[in-house]
Amino acid sequence: MTNPILTIKNLTKKYGDNVVFHDINLTVNEGDTIVIIGPSGTGKSTLLRCINLLTRADEGQVWLDDKEITAKDCDEDVVRQHIGMVFQNFLLFNHLTALDNVLLGLTKVKHMKPEEAKVKALMELERVGLSDRAGHYPGQLSGGQQQRVAIARALAMDPRIMLFDEPTSALDPELIGEVSDRIVFLEKGSIVEEGTPDELFYHPQHERTREFLWKITELYGKKETGKIDG
Amino acid sequence: MDVARFLQYIALGTVYTVGVTLIALPSGLILGTLFALLNVYSGKVVKWFTSLYSTMMRGIPPIVLLFILYFIVSGNINLSPFWAGSISLGIVSSAYQMEIIRGAILSVSGGQMMAARAIGMSKSQAIRNVIFPQTLRLAIPPWSNEAAIVIKDSSLVYALGVPEILRRAQLISASTQQPFLAYAAAAAIYFILVFVTNRLLDALERRLRIPANP
Repeated sequence: MTNPILTIKNLTKKYGDNVVFHDINLTVNEGDTIVIIGPSGTGKSTLLRCINLLTRADEGQVWLDDKEITAKDCDEDVVRQHIGMVFQNFLLFNHLTALDNVLLGLTKVKHMKPEEAKVKALMELERVGLSDRAGHYPGQLSGGQQQRVAIARALAMDPRIMLFDEPTSALDPELIGEVSDRIVFLEKGSIVEEGTPDELFYHPQHERTREFLWKITELYGKKETGKIDG
Repeated sequence: MDVARFLQYIALGTVYTVGVTLIALPSGLILGTLFALLNVYSGKVVKWFTSLYSTMMRGIPPIVLLFILYFIVSGNINLSPFWAGSISLGIVSSAYQMEIIRGAILSVSGGQMMAARAIGMSKSQAIRNVIFPQTLRLAIPPWSNEAAIVIKDSSLVYALGVPEILRRAQLISASTQQPFLAYAAAAAIYFILVFVTNRLLDALERRLRIPANP
């Protein structure tokens, strides 16, 4: 039996009276790819930000391996090194080249030697197929290339888990099914149901899930997805 | 009348004008940057005080502030009019420079801070390595404006008796009864100083510009 790499327990986030999500429970095992789907404004992005502590949840806990990262004495800067995040709009550092975007965390956060860091950064860019764009600035890269630099920047930190916010705005549900082990349907701040892609897409148990899937099939590719890649 | 000698006398005031500017601008930049950082990134109380500082300083004519500050500065520390005047002008300028830097910090998107925190940087690391390099680039054009203003406002220290360009022009004007010549010479020197400074800062901005910045 594998130990869970990420455990979310009773997580709740409110802004004033507005409940973004409540009582979220989720367990992710090492090597799992979890896809969270749901209508926009359901709290998917906020949930991801609460996992890497960019936003603080109001109640509940998040555990990374066997460490509670929502604990008060937990150093959030250290936690974030272990949780890679790729933002919806990538958020590359505008004043730095692709290479320097990947390098910055290695030299400033991991305190690697410049030469060592450069070798690693180039390797990460190679992995996403962009070593020939190392000297380009974000403004000189296409959206897809920016996304890959953002992935390289996150992977360079050797994170335990990776969070992707809306990585697949152009994929249809079947494709999402192919890359994921488990789909979680989130609506109005709570998990409606979860299961394997086959269960959720072809045999949804809840009326709300069926309705949502019907809508995104209609819109074809206009759906909102969030993804947790373990 | 020896015109060349008079003009040379006025021109030598440039040393003081440039001196005052070279003290006032950097001291205003250091203070202004500090206040801008405090204003954007600190708690409510500090934010309120720095805003008050900026509003007060910018709401009073520089010459009035200059006299007040000169009185305070020279009353507490034994300084020559040149140094006291320069430091006072720097304090006046710090309020304007604070607003320039503050505006530039705020126009770097909040997402940049989030992205920096997401790879494990502390807030101060993020400010130093991600926010600030972008802020300074954005601040160059408005700062160039402020540099021009400080060069021109350096003429105010003539009221403290510092023998800079305007002070000398006034003396020549009085002694030769040729005010136009004297003040036109002063105007020409100020104009050249401002023009060259702005050109240099334009060049700096172009040099530091980020290629195809979105």
